[in-house]
Amino acid sequence: MTQKEYWRWDEKCWKDESMDSSDTKIISVGIDIGSVSSEAVICLDGKFYASNTVRTGSNSPTSAKDALKPLLEHAEISYEAVDFIVGTGYGRVNIPFQDKAVTEIACHGRGANYMVGPSLRTILDMGGQDCKAIHIDERGKVTNFLMNDKCAAGTGRGMETIADLLKVPITEIGDRSFQINAPAEPISNVCVVFAKSEAMAMVKSGKTLNEVLASYCKAMADRVTQLLDRIGMEKEFFITGGISKNRGVTERIEENLGIKAVKPKDERLDAQTAGALGAALFGFVLASKKGSKKDTRKGQIL
Amino acid sequence: MISAGIDIGSKNIKVIILNGKKTIGEAIRTSGENQEKAVDETLALAVKNAKIDRSDIDKIAATGIGRKTFKNADYVITDVTAGGRGIFECNNSVRTGIEIGAEESKAIRVSQTGKVTDSAVNEKCAAGSGSFVESMARALGINVKLFAELALSSDATIPMNAQCAVFAESEVVSLIAQNTSQKDISKAVHDSIASRVSSMARRVKLEPKIAIFGGLAYNPGFVSAFKKNLEIEEIFIPEKPLFVDALGAALLAQEKTVED
Amino acid sequence: MIANYGYMDGSGEYYITIDTDKCAECRGKMCVTACPKALFERVTDDYDDDVVKIADGKVKDIRYQCMECKPPGHPVLPCIAACTPMALKHSW
Repeated sequence: MTQKEYWRWDEKCWKDESMDSSDTKIISVGIDIGSVSSEAVICLDGKFYASNTVRTGSNSPTSAKDALKPLLEHAEISYEAVDFIVGTGYGRVNIPFQDKAVTEIACHGRGANYMVGPSLRTILDMGGQDCKAIHIDERGKVTNFLMNDKCAAGTGRGMETIADLLKVPITEIGDRSFQINAPAEPISNVCVVFAKSEAMAMVKSGKTLNEVLASYCKAMADRVTQLLDRIGMEKEFFITGGISKNRGVTERIEENLGIKAVKPKDERLDAQTAGALGAALFGFVLASKKGSKKDTRKGQIL
Repeated sequence: MISAGIDIGSKNIKVIILNGKKTIGEAIRTSGENQEKAVDETLALAVKNAKIDRSDIDKIAATGIGRKTFKNADYVITDVTAGGRGIFECNNSVRTGIEIGAEESKAIRVSQTGKVTDSAVNEKCAAGSGSFVESMARALGINVKLFAELALSSDATIPMNAQCAVFAESEVVSLIAQNTSQKDISKAVHDSIASRVSSMARRVKLEPKIAIFGGLAYNPGFVSAFKKNLEIEEIFIPEKPLFVDALGAALLAQEKTVED
Repeated sequence: MIANYGYMDGSGEYYITIDTDKCAECRGKMCVTACPKALFERVTDDYDDDVVKIADGKVKDIRYQCMECKPPGHPVLPCIAACTPMALKHSW
């Protein structure tokens, strides 16, 4: 079995050219180590400045370094000048140079609040190996959350398994799932193992691949809608994570809820970096309250 | 009185024909894509084996996940009721029966008179069923039978983190990448499913004698891990672990004490 | 904050819900010792509140962890009985 690429992102550094780091009081960094991608974000006095996304490598320390080092170079900020580094994501406990680890739930809440604004209430984060539903208040503080990383249904892995089975490139699933003549009935099995058998049976009974894909997208949308019900769905609503790039799922979620998902108010911001951005914002607050950690990292090299 | 018990499972269809308490015919075949047709064929085969006519059968009882799809049943019986009756017939000192099928597992408590007093079921999640072992064997690229036996020759205790068959497959792949031996991986997989099944079994307050049946009863790796987990020496495995529910259904069809 | 620890899979929904606002007010945190499976862990959360959470490694098989405490007949669960601020709930 070989590891397949299932979501591709641009692996590049980005910075806001209109900002200047020279007269900044607090430089904070957030690093989000996910199962598929890792992100680093730099904030200047609590304002988003620069970001980088890389594929997660074999271990968390390497991934964190791979994300941060080129970003600092691109942003022309020295490692020693960074006041506070916050790590998040499933690999957060293993980032050697962080000053504090914060859960991805809290970071997503804060990052999404920054991207969308104080009216944002609900965040759905659908990643490669987990799915989170988060309810936040007007300041981005989490008021209700759940995270499912036990079951592959409702995650990128579940979608990848079906894509593998039907031999359809994962990036085509969204569009193809709408190339059907009648609305799709959802696949009835939640469990991905059993859903695979159900999908095969559908193919054998004469359904087209697009119809089967539509049925799986619909099933996944129904499942995450159920997760949202548990935390109390409220407007406005924002989708992040890999599956946010699959319209076969996102548009069916919007249909279930009867509302459209919002986009970041600054279109240059990528929803993918919400977690790392939230971490950097936590770093800013912590540095303001508890002081810079510059000196404690003295002598350490990245 | 001649009765037939039909167990329509997700993987196999099992039929037993009884004359009184004596088994006169039985048959098993895969459910396949056309389940209705497969049921008719399995029943026809069992009738042939019993050397009787289909019209000689007085009562038919259906059980199993697909029990409601069979239209000619006189009785439709839940898997728990059928399994409890069947295992008690195989050995009347059994008080706890654990059945692990392809797509579900259950724990059934039976009284001294063979009545089901309590049960716990895991369904619709591959992590608690025989499919879990099959998926892991596939990830390793070896056949299930060999995979099951490999566990017996390992003393390793590698904990598996994943509780989902899909995630566990990746975990198996990364164990292979770390050069973990096949026997140690097999042991880890069987320990993992055994721990889930025994948690479920403990819920019904395990009382000896304990029996296991269903497809996983044929898996020595599982049986050994399960015994170790429950800290028991002895476990009863019926002669035909796949036919217990069908047997129970056929008996209940005669006893006419069935409710669904 | 309402924190839901657990999951939904093909067999059902299994969440232990902790109301951290109520939990933070509790000094004893008796649930930590009451649980026979040591599911609860006392932590300072991201908002500096002194609360309990479900230990990371135990969330994924919470259904099985809790099974022995949930025999038929719905007896009162030891964690629920121990939680004086009434901050705990099981979804199943």
